[in-house]
Amino acid sequence: MKDFIDKVLDKYPAKTFKSRKEHIVIKKASEAPQKIIANTRTIPGMITNRGCCYAGCKGVVLGPIKDMIHIVHGPIGCSYYTWGTRRNKAKTEPGGQNYIEYCFSTDMQESDIIFGGEKKLRAAITEAVEIFNPKAITISATCPVGLIGDDINAVAVWAEKTYGIQVLSFNCEGYKGVSQSAGHHIANNNLMRSVIGTGTKVPTKKHSINMLGEYNIGGDGWEVARILKKVGYDIVCVMTGDGSYEEIKNAHTAELNLVQCHRSINYIAEMMEVKYGIPWMKVNFIGATGTTQTLRDIAVYFGEPELIEKTEQVIAEEIAEIEGQMQYYKTRLEGKTACLYVGGSRSHHYQTLLKELGVETVVSGYEFAHRDDYEGREVIPTIKLDADSKNIEHLSVEKDEKKYRMILSPEKYEELAKIIPLAKYDGLIKDENEGTIIIDDINHYETEEIIKKLKPDMFFSGIKDKYVVQKMGVMSRQLHSYDYSGPYAGYKGAVIFARDITSGVHTPAWRFVTPPWKVEPLLEGKVVGGDE
Amino acid sequence: MLDLTTKKIVERKALRINPAKTCQPIGAMYAALGVHACLPHSHGSQGCCAFHRMQLTRHFKEPVMATTSAFTEGASVFGGGSNMKTAVKNIFELYAPDIIAVHTTCLSETIGDDLKTMIFQAQADIPEGKYVIHASTPSYAGSHVTGFSSMVKAFVTYLSVNNGTKSKRINVIPGWVEPGDMKEIKRILSIMEIDNILFPDTSGVLDAPMTGTFEMYPEGGTKIEDIIDAGNSKLTLALGTYTSEAAAIELEKKCKVPMKTLGTPIGIEATDRFITELATLSHKAVPRAIEVERGQLVDLMLDSQAYFSGKKVAIYGDPDTVLGLVEFVISLGMIPKYMISGTPGDTFERQINEVLATNEIKDAVVKGSADLFELHQLMKNDPVDLLIGNTHGKFIARAEDVPFVRVGFPILDRYAHQYFPIVGYAGAIRLIEMMSNVILDKIDRTCPEEDFELVM
Repeated sequence: MKDFIDKVLDKYPAKTFKSRKEHIVIKKASEAPQKIIANTRTIPGMITNRGCCYAGCKGVVLGPIKDMIHIVHGPIGCSYYTWGTRRNKAKTEPGGQNYIEYCFSTDMQESDIIFGGEKKLRAAITEAVEIFNPKAITISATCPVGLIGDDINAVAVWAEKTYGIQVLSFNCEGYKGVSQSAGHHIANNNLMRSVIGTGTKVPTKKHSINMLGEYNIGGDGWEVARILKKVGYDIVCVMTGDGSYEEIKNAHTAELNLVQCHRSINYIAEMMEVKYGIPWMKVNFIGATGTTQTLRDIAVYFGEPELIEKTEQVIAEEIAEIEGQMQYYKTRLEGKTACLYVGGSRSHHYQTLLKELGVETVVSGYEFAHRDDYEGREVIPTIKLDADSKNIEHLSVEKDEKKYRMILSPEKYEELAKIIPLAKYDGLIKDENEGTIIIDDINHYETEEIIKKLKPDMFFSGIKDKYVVQKMGVMSRQLHSYDYSGPYAGYKGAVIFARDITSGVHTPAWRFVTPPWKVEPLLEGKVVGGDE
Repeated sequence: MLDLTTKKIVERKALRINPAKTCQPIGAMYAALGVHACLPHSHGSQGCCAFHRMQLTRHFKEPVMATTSAFTEGASVFGGGSNMKTAVKNIFELYAPDIIAVHTTCLSETIGDDLKTMIFQAQADIPEGKYVIHASTPSYAGSHVTGFSSMVKAFVTYLSVNNGTKSKRINVIPGWVEPGDMKEIKRILSIMEIDNILFPDTSGVLDAPMTGTFEMYPEGGTKIEDIIDAGNSKLTLALGTYTSEAAAIELEKKCKVPMKTLGTPIGIEATDRFITELATLSHKAVPRAIEVERGQLVDLMLDSQAYFSGKKVAIYGDPDTVLGLVEFVISLGMIPKYMISGTPGDTFERQINEVLATNEIKDAVVKGSADLFELHQLMKNDPVDLLIGNTHGKFIARAEDVPFVRVGFPILDRYAHQYFPIVGYAGAIRLIEMMSNVILDKIDRTCPEEDFELVM
């Protein structure tokens, strides 16, 4: 396999070769800990799947908060492309506002670029307030805004004073950082600084939790919430799928933060621990194995026997419901191989589910992850910040004397940390099978070479390479958007996922790719001579 | 559904809500895909390229390949020259296109990157016989339609040459239509026996067949040598003022090829004009096959007229497409009530108002630089019977329970549209089928049981 990778890399021009070779690792347990380079610049001229800082900030983290008006300050495109394209579902609360179906932009024109766009942004906020009377507004900056020096922060301050509602500004220009990841961080910082902890609720309920890094794609968050509520947990808020501004304000009242997508939201989890004393735990609600383990971990955290008992009862009930179906799908999928190339955590999460279905992951990678997502959080202190990362603010928070609660004693915390993943994420590489190829920021060229060589049965990625893969005769599904299906999370979601990939792999259409006349001769031959 | 859309219309000068347009670069990318073995390149931050590929892929359900200069903060300060140079080297080495079609973004335009010079400086990395061209497509001016038009024009600027020998061919610039439309225009030209260069031509690219092999450059697309030779053609027919005229004017200026602008041949009248023009050019009678198609269309118009007559319609989308649709619905006896485009420019309103005036249609709202929020508000105040436009209208259609036909870009939620035309007589027949189906479906769905009819 190493020879193959070398051959793929060989085609690169010298500088590109040097850069790309450090982003590819073949899992070898004897060489642990294996290092991979990640979160560095995409090389110009690559056909990359990566998006920009704005996409990470507005598109991923802010967009799903349903009861805020998200105004994008810039030319029309950026706002347009994040309008209804991500499948972060949201339900309107009774009497509440839901802007998910709407797209707001200042639609900057040439004159705004030349003379500055602040005036137009102020006018846009005024119009938004007049028409909708929202509770809160976000402003997201796009590339030209930073370049021409529009001070969106000053406009936000002005708007708060003028209209008496919260207006948050995010300097998430597309050129910042090296991928969506910078935008996640920027969004995390301001939600932490300005929203979380500003609510007036006091912690009253037992077993209260926040779900972090759950964006309710295809309704995942709803399925997870169903299970958690069945066990008896009180969900204070979700960040940010079907998320609500009002609820996020009171996030500090929870007793535990669950982190599903590590990459996009670990900053908030860390900061909330420092500021409010709320421990966080890495969870995985993808697949029955993952969900069961996570439910047990949460029960151990709270530690009450009735809760542990109820947890086991729920697990048993849920598994009984899906077991037969999962077994059936396993018979249809056993022995197949998969490549996974998704955002920042899904490539890891889905491997456990695929394993349950008898599918082996042969290549996996992330689009915008950092080294800790691959190697585990223990490498964080050793990651050297490059110029691109240094440009992203690192927010430091302090203990909030009024709202900080000692939820676990230091001794208890230490004891629990040994058995459950408190503030811990081991990363992708450790869980890989020997020989699995791990690739960071894979590009089209590498994708094509890998498919030709490994001929996987399925490829999980995003919309941009979905049809490339399909044209090559390999079943492909989008794991960003679930191809308009879902939910895939939790127990019931696992069955839907299994059903979808089974139908994808076995759909009759594959049989027709090669026309019959290419397989069998068109005219029947006739033997001449003999006794006839 | 869209519960926060108020009936009361408040005038807006700054806030765009639910746009009926997007930005220039995606149009440039689509146009470039209509040239054979061309790789579009986005000179800006990588998010732009990702967004455009995403939306085009979702529309066509086909691979959309494009590269990016992947600007970081440094490039935004110091200029994207070095990114461009690296990109050109990597692209030819790895992806081996015949031509790279670079378009700019608001980022590279705002910092003032000089693409012409950058391309010149990258010459050493451009293999013999290969090309790099560019179009300036700032996202803060015009719309996706402008970007399309600018890229088509850029191909002419960089490539077309008048070498002094007039050819027998005519250039046909089809504008921003689907591969199925481009195929239909070629079919018509072939029946009319007109030697032509159609460019751009996304048929055979964004409707490529499943073969089990991925082709980075599918067999379709206008050949570079044809774009070069377009400078020798005897005429350019620009189909659509907004999408095609700029390139035709450029061919006239640069290569002295005379030009004529016609509307996109949507509906019976625009197709009649198109066919008449072609017949004049070929000095031949209109072939029987075309007359049969036209006759079938008229037959169908008569058969179905009862369901169209007097119905009010709202149409939104790109100017050239909306113009064609407006004229067609009028010829079916319908009343266009609201005509909206997100694309700026007075020509749209002037052209539509001319059609309305000719047909004595009053009390209609025609607006460029408008958006779907406004269209919805108008519909709340005075409803229509049919809504025509891209996928984004489905929310309005559901909120107001209006029959809805998907035409234009993007169509993100239906399949197979790229295979079939809306242009020509065949396209008009298809439009009638689509429109009558949704109107009849609504009657079937909502009428009292005693009125539920077997035969309609």
